[in-house]
Amino acid sequence: MLINQFLLLGAALFCIGVYGVLARRNGVLVLMSIELILNAVNINLIAFGHLWGADSAISGQVFALFTIAVAAAEVGVGLAIILLIYRNRTSVDLDEVDMMKG
Amino acid sequence: MVAQNIAFGILAAASVVAALRLVTTKNVVHAALYLVVVLSSVGAIYVLLFAEFVAVVQLLVYVGAVVVLFLFGIMLTRAQLGQDKDVDNDQRGIAAVTALFLVGVLTYGLWDYFGDDKLPEMEGVSQAALTAERGTRAVGDSIFSTYLVPFEAIGILLTAALVGAIVLARRD
Repeated sequence: MLINQFLLLGAALFCIGVYGVLARRNGVLVLMSIELILNAVNINLIAFGHLWGADSAISGQVFALFTIAVAAAEVGVGLAIILLIYRNRTSVDLDEVDMMKG
Repeated sequence: MVAQNIAFGILAAASVVAALRLVTTKNVVHAALYLVVVLSSVGAIYVLLFAEFVAVVQLLVYVGAVVVLFLFGIMLTRAQLGQDKDVDNDQRGIAAVTALFLVGVLTYGLWDYFGDDKLPEMEGVSQAALTAERGTRAVGDSIFSTYLVPFEAIGILLTAALVGAIVLARRD
């Protein structure tokens, strides 16, 4: 198998996630797109680790596990923030959250 | 080798199609279910890269916990369960241009640098050697020796995130 198969799949998932973050206005859907981006990163970590031998394969897997843990923490806090936005304005429309716009 | 390539093709197609549906569907609950397809396919791709433990963790943490958390978030924010007209904003065009530009640049860069570089062949390696070299035991040894400090930092981060989420979401 080529290394590029995995790297290009990661690039495709990353860009789909970027599109989702830019084009969605529902906060929960934006968080889901961020999960896509983090998964693309994990594919890259494991593919590069596998490319450069056993030691780096272990390192790549450990880093992917750390990324998964950080992603879980991020979803918890992110959903709490979106819940707070919903409670304050009875909508999760991120376009309406523009108080910091000049 | 051929079987692995066929499996990779099926999994990659499934994950990309499900990801595209995830960012275009009008139904918020369907988006969460498409996320399950993407995450499971990516987990199977980890198995192709000999990372079984990460694949299992992916299923347990992402499909088991994170997707359930998303469904709770959808439920608590009372998103409309049917077709929802308001899930996209008015910058879809420029978002698509940005994403296509990004995928073009990344594809060019990756193809230019890695070209036809192959992943190491594992067909001659015995199962016992593979397990000893990069199995779950080796990953665990590495976490609790080389990466002990980052591991503890992740533990503190998770605790802080748990406390923060409770403080934010609590009604007072």
